[in-house]
Amino acid sequence: MHSGLLRDLEKLLGSSSVLFQPEDVLLYEYDGSVEKGRPDMVVFPTTTQEVSQIVKLAAKHIVPIVGRGAGTGLSGGALARTGGVMIVFARMNRILSIDPENQRAVVQPGVVNYDLTLAAEPYGLYFAPDPSSQKSCTIGGNVAENAGGPHTLAYGVTTNHVTALELVLPDGEIVRVGSAQGDALGYDLTGLLVGSEGTLALVTEITVKLSPRPEAVKTLLAVFDSVDDAAETVVDVTARAIIPAACEMLDGWTLRVVEDFVHAGFPRDSAAVLLLEVEGLAEAVAAQAAAITEVCNIHHAREVRLARDNAERELLWKGRKNAFGALGRLAPSNYVLDGVIPRTKLPQTLRHIREVGARYGFDICNIFHAGDGNLHPIVLYDPRDKGQFERAMQASAEIIRYCVEVGGALTGEHGIGMEKSELMPLLFSDADFDLMRRVHDAFNPNCSLNPGKIFPLSKGCGEIRVRSHAQSSPHASSS
Amino acid sequence: MASAPSNFSLRLRSALGPSHVSVDPAICSEYAVDEITPSAVAKPASAEQAAEIVRFAALEKLALIPCGHRTKLQIGMPPSRYDIALDMTGLNQIAHYDPGDLTVSVDAGANFNDLAVPLYKQKQFLPLSVPFYFESTMGGIIASGVDSSLRHSYGTARDFLIGAEFIDGTGRLCKSGGRVVKNVTGYDLHKLLIGSLGTLAVITRLNFRTFPAAPASRGFVLSFRTPDDALAFINLVERSPLRPASVDLVSPQLMQLFLEAENNSAEVPAAPLQGKFAADSCHLCVSVEGNPEVCERASREFARIAAIPDAKLPELITLNEAEGADLWHDLGQSIPLLLETSPLAAIFKISLLPSRLASLLEHLRMLSDQASLPHAFLARACSVVYFALLPPPDDSGSRYRLAEAAAAIFSLCSAENASATLPWCPAALKREVNIWGFDFAARASNSARNEASRRSSSSTPVPSSAAASNCSELTLLRRLKSAFDPQNLFAPGRFLP
Repeated sequence: MHSGLLRDLEKLLGSSSVLFQPEDVLLYEYDGSVEKGRPDMVVFPTTTQEVSQIVKLAAKHIVPIVGRGAGTGLSGGALARTGGVMIVFARMNRILSIDPENQRAVVQPGVVNYDLTLAAEPYGLYFAPDPSSQKSCTIGGNVAENAGGPHTLAYGVTTNHVTALELVLPDGEIVRVGSAQGDALGYDLTGLLVGSEGTLALVTEITVKLSPRPEAVKTLLAVFDSVDDAAETVVDVTARAIIPAACEMLDGWTLRVVEDFVHAGFPRDSAAVLLLEVEGLAEAVAAQAAAITEVCNIHHAREVRLARDNAERELLWKGRKNAFGALGRLAPSNYVLDGVIPRTKLPQTLRHIREVGARYGFDICNIFHAGDGNLHPIVLYDPRDKGQFERAMQASAEIIRYCVEVGGALTGEHGIGMEKSELMPLLFSDADFDLMRRVHDAFNPNCSLNPGKIFPLSKGCGEIRVRSHAQSSPHASSS
Repeated sequence: MASAPSNFSLRLRSALGPSHVSVDPAICSEYAVDEITPSAVAKPASAEQAAEIVRFAALEKLALIPCGHRTKLQIGMPPSRYDIALDMTGLNQIAHYDPGDLTVSVDAGANFNDLAVPLYKQKQFLPLSVPFYFESTMGGIIASGVDSSLRHSYGTARDFLIGAEFIDGTGRLCKSGGRVVKNVTGYDLHKLLIGSLGTLAVITRLNFRTFPAAPASRGFVLSFRTPDDALAFINLVERSPLRPASVDLVSPQLMQLFLEAENNSAEVPAAPLQGKFAADSCHLCVSVEGNPEVCERASREFARIAAIPDAKLPELITLNEAEGADLWHDLGQSIPLLLETSPLAAIFKISLLPSRLASLLEHLRMLSDQASLPHAFLARACSVVYFALLPPPDDSGSRYRLAEAAAAIFSLCSAENASATLPWCPAALKREVNIWGFDFAARASNSARNEASRRSSSSTPVPSSAAASNCSELTLLRRLKSAFDPQNLFAPGRFLP
């Protein structure tokens, strides 16, 4: 324990803003993934200046730092893999300004994603990135992970909606990058920082674009008796140049457990449903809904149902967005993958996932952003059986390898974190890692900020020693 | 350049073969950048060969500038060193095109048009009808960071460039991103290449998300007495349910140039625009995409908005399809037209929030009047202004006035929180004006000093003044440049001094 640093932090922030008792910091060793990493201290700054001071103190005592929003991440990105100080942004949760005329907002990192949409609503605006956890996840976390969500199919991911950032560098210096208008002068630092998983700088203020609400929205539920038909429908919708605002798939396993939990109206005896949404001018929406219905029917949809009103629409989305919670009914634990593939490879990849599940003896559910090829296979397992955990990880790695083989990538929106770092060599060469490492060092030369993330341990910071109590990546031993 | 080793060209020639390296002075002069001529032109046939050239340059400490068809090479400060022009047009294949996935992967030296044709056949496109697009390479389009009218609805390249392959300053082939439309695997290094002017890496391949072409589109042109009236009208459109694909405000002088260019054209124009537009009016050009019903709806909405008293009764000009195509082509090619009109033209690119546009345009007009320099502008998507000062060719005193006006424009933009650069201007003007703006130039030299002192003494205290915090973004840019290009081989001096 770093008692000198603890004293300094309590002096700076007051004792009510510093946690260090084992029973307190234990709550911060988790996120939404299967990883663990316990911080030595957890601090709750309220201003950028405090963040800067904390970072300087940690640097003085040579202790690593990791930033954290709401802890809803799914890759171990906001875990203290090597211990140290965790900076939780929960108290930096103010919306600093909303500028309806220019469709911009300036927020602190701890603002909850959906709270910004609620605040912008009186102006007919909203914040477009909508991860399933949007009612609890923070915009700072969205920025770190470059979070997506169902509606990113039409509107883009977080990076497409961020124009400027205030940063605290690992030496405590405060820097502003980007501009409210968004065009970078020189290199696009904002574009680099968004999605860098807190390994380059801590983000203390974010300027985002707000989007105008569309005139019309239509939500369709297409019901299929075969997963293949549903998958072919997705491929065909894209091929016909229809870009829905969202195109989500739930397979039979998932829709049944969701139905029992949420009662969204998913037919329990179907093999898959597609939840499709189109938005825009009333004229455009009517035509697109008709075109989508036609494609669904060509691919043998049993039924295509149009949500009659907002209440029905919200119920359908509730089913989608609460699915992960509902899966707790099926197995004691689950492991969520985030592979992304070219959309035309969807049918064959879903078949491969079924085959892997059968071979390893696991039920693998699928609930995912079908429209942009972002899969979320969910491996159901019992963590009390150590062998099951190991096999679940092996099955998952096999699925991810397949995604890469068909031209895809390791993660579409959850990030690499500590969970997938050992799989990075599937995509990147030594030259790629060397360059990424040099870019990393341009910001974070001593690896004091969020160490042990993104890079495989052998290719990251040389001095990293993963502590024994901080459980290492499940992939570390198997790859 | 005199500073280069005298016989490196011959060694490069023998390493790569004479067909890939030219030392002919006439050919080298075609690759001059801001009147500085390289000693050799290397034209690799593959990414590996390009990497070999970079390794050669690293070994011999030579500076190189990657290029395509050289339509936008004047953007940037004059290079501080320039030994080899790296002509990438030999890498010109479409590596993958997966229409069903709406993605395409293309070599850096491929022409925009060579890519546009297969996309068109699949009813898809890339929203990059940027200046000079008809003769531009994809690598050049990305490295120069130019935009198109469609940025209003499709964004800029950062919104649809999904991956890239490139050669770093150590001569190794690297990549980032991929060929999928949603991807957070590793750092988004490819975003840094946009607008980097070849200073970070040599781009070898680019992956894009493509877009389905709308089944129908319609152009609307509205004529206003003043820019203010036009901007007030745009506000009304923004508050309507319409989401136009593009919104361009054309100054009277620029519209006049469109019409004159049509008159002077050797070809008979497909659709004469003459007589459609009043020479003293501001014209708002709005395009709408969608199905035919959406276009009809847009017509009704424009008529409705035009009837609102606040709309200052604009004249709604209806163009037929051919006329619309001509006008939107001119809009896309405003920069080449301005440069052709006045070889001494200085064209600023100014990014700002829409609410500041009216005031900025008024101040810009006053500044150009004070300098007795004709001007023209194109305001794109209410957030980017291309503002041109157009000295007459026979005006011998214009250079001094141009430099003064440029300083005043940078100062104005700084005060208005707008970011301004001067991408297009005569090389001679760059001796008096830093095209990145004097704020930037001053900060850059501060940042260089701070970085040097950081390196020389680790105990140097971090300055805490406001000026020091201004330095920091520049410091980061400088460190990034070093991370990509440790020996400063790539286009030295063009961006960071």
